[in-house]
Amino acid sequence: MKDLSKVNNPYGDDKVISQCSIFGMMNTTGEVFSGKEIITAIRNMHERGNGLGGGFAIYGCYPDYPDDYCLQVMFDTRANREETEIYLKRFFHIQHSEEIPTCPTEVIKNPPDVYRYFVQPKVEELHEIISDDDIVIRRVMKINTTLDGAYVFSSGKNMGVFKGVGFPEEIADYFCLEQYDGYIWTAHGRFPTNTQGWWGGAHPFSLLDWTVVHNGEISSYGANRRFLEMYGYICTMHTDTEVVAYAIDLLARKHGLPVDTVMDIFSPPVWEQIDRMDPDDRKYFEVLRSTYGPLLLNGPFAVIIAHHGEMVAHTDRIRLRPMVAGIKGDMVYASSEESAIRLVSKDLEKVWIPVGGHPVIARLKELAKDDVVEGGRELLKAEGMEV
Amino acid sequence: MLTAQLPEFNVDRDEDRCIQCRVCERQCSFDVYGYDVQNNVMIHKEENCVACQRCAVLCPTNALVIKENAYTYKQNANWTREAISDLKKQSETGGVLLTGMGCDKPHKIYWDHILINASQVTNPSIDPLREPMELRTHLGRKPDSLEVKDGKLSFPDYPKVELSTPIMFGAMSYGAISYNSFKSLAQAAHEYGTLFNTGEGGWPKELRKYGSNTIVQCASGRFGIDLEYFNDAAMVEIKIGQGAKPGIGGHLPGEKVSEHISLTRMIPEGSDAISPAPHHDIYSIEDLQMLIHALKEATDYQKPISVKISAVHNSPAIASGMVRAGADIIVVDGLRGGTGAAPKILRDNVGIPIELALAAIDTRLRDEGIRNWASLVVSGGIRNAGDIFKAIALGADAVYVGTPALIALGCTVCQKCYTGKCAWGITTQDPYLTKRVNTEIGTQALVNLLRAWSLELKELLGCGGINSIESVRGNRLQLRGIGLESWEMETLGIRGAGQ
Amino acid sequence: MNTAQAKKANPRKGLSPRQWIKIDASGMYYKDLNRQIRGLAEQGARKFDLQNVYGQRYIGTNLWATERDKIRIRVHGTPGSDMGAFMDGPEIEVYGNAQDATGNTMNCGKIVIHGSAGDVLGYGMRGGEIYIRGNVGYRVGIHMKEYDDKIPTIVVGGTVQDFFGEYMAGGRIIVLNKFFEGNPPVRQSYFIGTGMHGGNIYFRGDVNIEQIGAEVNVIEPTDAEWKIIERYVHNYCKAFDLGERKVKLLKREKFWRLYPKSTRPYGMLYAY
Ligand code: SF4
Ligand code: SF4
Repeated sequence: MKDLSKVNNPYGDDKVISQCSIFGMMNTTGEVFSGKEIITAIRNMHERGNGLGGGFAIYGCYPDYPDDYCLQVMFDTRANREETEIYLKRFFHIQHSEEIPTCPTEVIKNPPDVYRYFVQPKVEELHEIISDDDIVIRRVMKINTTLDGAYVFSSGKNMGVFKGVGFPEEIADYFCLEQYDGYIWTAHGRFPTNTQGWWGGAHPFSLLDWTVVHNGEISSYGANRRFLEMYGYICTMHTDTEVVAYAIDLLARKHGLPVDTVMDIFSPPVWEQIDRMDPDDRKYFEVLRSTYGPLLLNGPFAVIIAHHGEMVAHTDRIRLRPMVAGIKGDMVYASSEESAIRLVSKDLEKVWIPVGGHPVIARLKELAKDDVVEGGRELLKAEGMEV
Repeated sequence: MLTAQLPEFNVDRDEDRCIQCRVCERQCSFDVYGYDVQNNVMIHKEENCVACQRCAVLCPTNALVIKENAYTYKQNANWTREAISDLKKQSETGGVLLTGMGCDKPHKIYWDHILINASQVTNPSIDPLREPMELRTHLGRKPDSLEVKDGKLSFPDYPKVELSTPIMFGAMSYGAISYNSFKSLAQAAHEYGTLFNTGEGGWPKELRKYGSNTIVQCASGRFGIDLEYFNDAAMVEIKIGQGAKPGIGGHLPGEKVSEHISLTRMIPEGSDAISPAPHHDIYSIEDLQMLIHALKEATDYQKPISVKISAVHNSPAIASGMVRAGADIIVVDGLRGGTGAAPKILRDNVGIPIELALAAIDTRLRDEGIRNWASLVVSGGIRNAGDIFKAIALGADAVYVGTPALIALGCTVCQKCYTGKCAWGITTQDPYLTKRVNTEIGTQALVNLLRAWSLELKELLGCGGINSIESVRGNRLQLRGIGLESWEMETLGIRGAGQ
Repeated sequence: MNTAQAKKANPRKGLSPRQWIKIDASGMYYKDLNRQIRGLAEQGARKFDLQNVYGQRYIGTNLWATERDKIRIRVHGTPGSDMGAFMDGPEIEVYGNAQDATGNTMNCGKIVIHGSAGDVLGYGMRGGEIYIRGNVGYRVGIHMKEYDDKIPTIVVGGTVQDFFGEYMAGGRIIVLNKFFEGNPPVRQSYFIGTGMHGGNIYFRGDVNIEQIGAEVNVIEPTDAEWKIIERYVHNYCKAFDLGERKVKLLKREKFWRLYPKSTRPYGMLYAY
């Protein structure tokens, strides 16, 4: 079995430490838009990264294949690709495949070969009844942990992750992202504390159509990871962001919890506050904390999590990493710095700093009554801080 | 209050020698002695004695011997005398145990398991007394390469500091130590051509004339800081952590905040000077980058900026991040690093030895090709020139010493600095006690120490056939391990003796 | 004398100190922007009007000015974090919102923000004044300190978030809680003044005991303190061109003074 932890964490640190800038924007009517603005915005936060990682997630970018899983794969060599394709053909119906178009530039060094495959899993290859999603996850894990020189970095439907080693604006140029349209875009500019030679280590991290961009260091990583391992997740990358992605998969997809509850598990109020809540709320948090206590994400973090239909901006409960949210018409923004939002949207209707541990959730209008909510149970009913 | 504690030390007075001059009574700041006029004898409250030896040293007839109290509980490897008496202290007070100085637990001292090479036959050893022998050291970022532009050599001119010897005085704030001790450090650094570090307690105006020998700190409490403070110094250090108490802040109790200290720190007299655990503008590596560059802006890019952390499990990754965030110098303080006051539970249990951290960091920065971007300074547990030589051969550019400097000023490592009663006048603000350090004598003692250790370093260089300290830097072939496990030698990057 | 002091002593003359110099900061790297301002200031310029600022950091940080010879900076746009960090004298006016760590360890000078400001405003602030028309984020005024007559002051027009005045060691903060918007006070934020051991917070509206740190006492301001509040609210009105008539109505409002129970909050924590 190949060891991704060695690739991503060559020095064997407890975890790969990396911090950064994050940005996300969503049109809540589902109308798609280009990446021009998000690239401008993340470039404006250049100072928060160090050129060792950048990436984007785009939702709604493959309208021609809306129901197929799009596997985006990086290969070290042609032989690696050929071997992987044999595997893919055996387990998937491949509707369409192509090399991902790139525009090589001087600044991007040693890029891997990147291809994408629009696929449906072959159920006939299985002797048990499990969901398509589970089949895809299983196959992706198999490729990522056993096939040499191949790494699937995106596997959702009608969405794609694009990432690599470089500043995010350079990665955008490299993948010609101005040619894509989507209704949610998230972006990440990375500042790892080691040489990151490996493209798979950049953000966003993804599993099916869930993606995470993350700023901060989760000090509870060791506890979170051991809990997830108990549920069969193999944390091969040794990063705290990976843990967030798996935790969401476990809680939201497998255990079927709504996204607000998942966020309440990640950053619950402190006990002292819980003690003062009315009985129902108190019960709710007591149950959450006693069941999922090991998934409390402790330490400074700000994340933007997305999947089809929802974009969530969330921070730790004492708000040790920055997050600003903004609204203009149907557009919802979330960013590490306000200046980046202002740069791309001059006349915002509302800008605010969310309360620590209270997620800002943007939803497709067709799916929800309120297209933007700030979750969390606020004792004083203060709605975040409008700025 | 009734206590179940036994005195830790006994005062053994030879009544035949004692002349009742009452020197001991005046010298002891821990209230051990009294004088019984009626009987003309000295009386003792032994439970107060901390074995600082001040009385014994000053007794004119050598009548006093301070001894470890020989009492014993039933032998028990688990419940040692220390464990029992600490617990009793806590059950009597309900408080966090404080202590001073570095960790005194018998964690392995790696210096003592490393041996140094010498030249025999195939290359000549060098006599440092007659041949040139260089210790001059520059700290700061170094260019990766030089370029020839239009036939002329061009190079980026990064700010740097120059030392005549790779030994500096580590951060000890005015407040933690007395004014006279602080001033002695400043003057000795000036006289010998090295640097001393103000710590985070501000920098008295009248000592700014030693600016080119001064490192100023920007710590979480931000005491006494303004633009001049930064610009008058040779280098600015961001203090993140300290080996004796990684991850927690500092706390100068209000009774130590005298008028002059209050002026220097710019806080009211008598109020606690609390340094929060983190810098509240640094919660992550990109925040550190922001503060480093704020300081570069504040000093017009003229001063090297250093960042000091304590040695912890992931130091190599953290150090790499610090270098990438723009630190010109990184300082790592090990498990045995000293302190004026720290919770004992942290001092004795948190962090890792400097030898291992130093080797791992140097290796990591070289692997990543960024070792040139920053100098590496280490501290915490250095006792002599041999330790310094070994540190440099493991990869350090220079060292900070704190405890050795205090010992030169009179300290006997009694570990009671946190009481503010230091009988040697060092870690106290009591004017009756601070007089005990005379700045002229103190300065001379410190200069002597620098001189003696520098001479010894030269001897060590010479015996290895090397005449410049830069040929030792990172030269791990000069070292061999003895009595070490293979993982330890691997971390240190050295071979075993005889290999 | 070092370079910085030399600069302070004799700025090179040439440019008019009275003329506003416009600088378009679009796409400019912070280092270049600040260097340009510094260069112009050395030639005698004193007034700077910055247009299209989007995230440039450290504005106002390394500018030397004396009381009589004030440097003034107007910022249009959204200045970057650490605006006015270590600042020693200048006056900055922001026509918009400011980001995090504004006035970090500021020594003297003045910052006026027409919008709101982010987290950690005024960390370790040692002197000078900051006026914010809108709201402020987390950990504002953390570890502010004072010495002698150097008492830093922050006036917040709107609301504050958690850990407000944490570790506060001196100085004063006045929270108007949307008084000039005509809003009734909103209750807001937790962990106010945790670890506070100096200084004063004057807070409009009620503060619940569960909102404040264990180290904090709450009483009504005295008349002398009302004078201080009024004085700074006056300045606030001037800064934002608000009718000063309303200041008189201030006294009808409920204000609470938050101050530390002790200048030695952790004295009892240790065993000696
Ligand atoms: S001077 Fe020191 S050694 Fe002597 S009695 Fe006092 S505490 Fe003990
Ligand atoms: S400085 Fe003073 S109190 Fe501290 S260990 Fe040395 S002699 Fe003891």
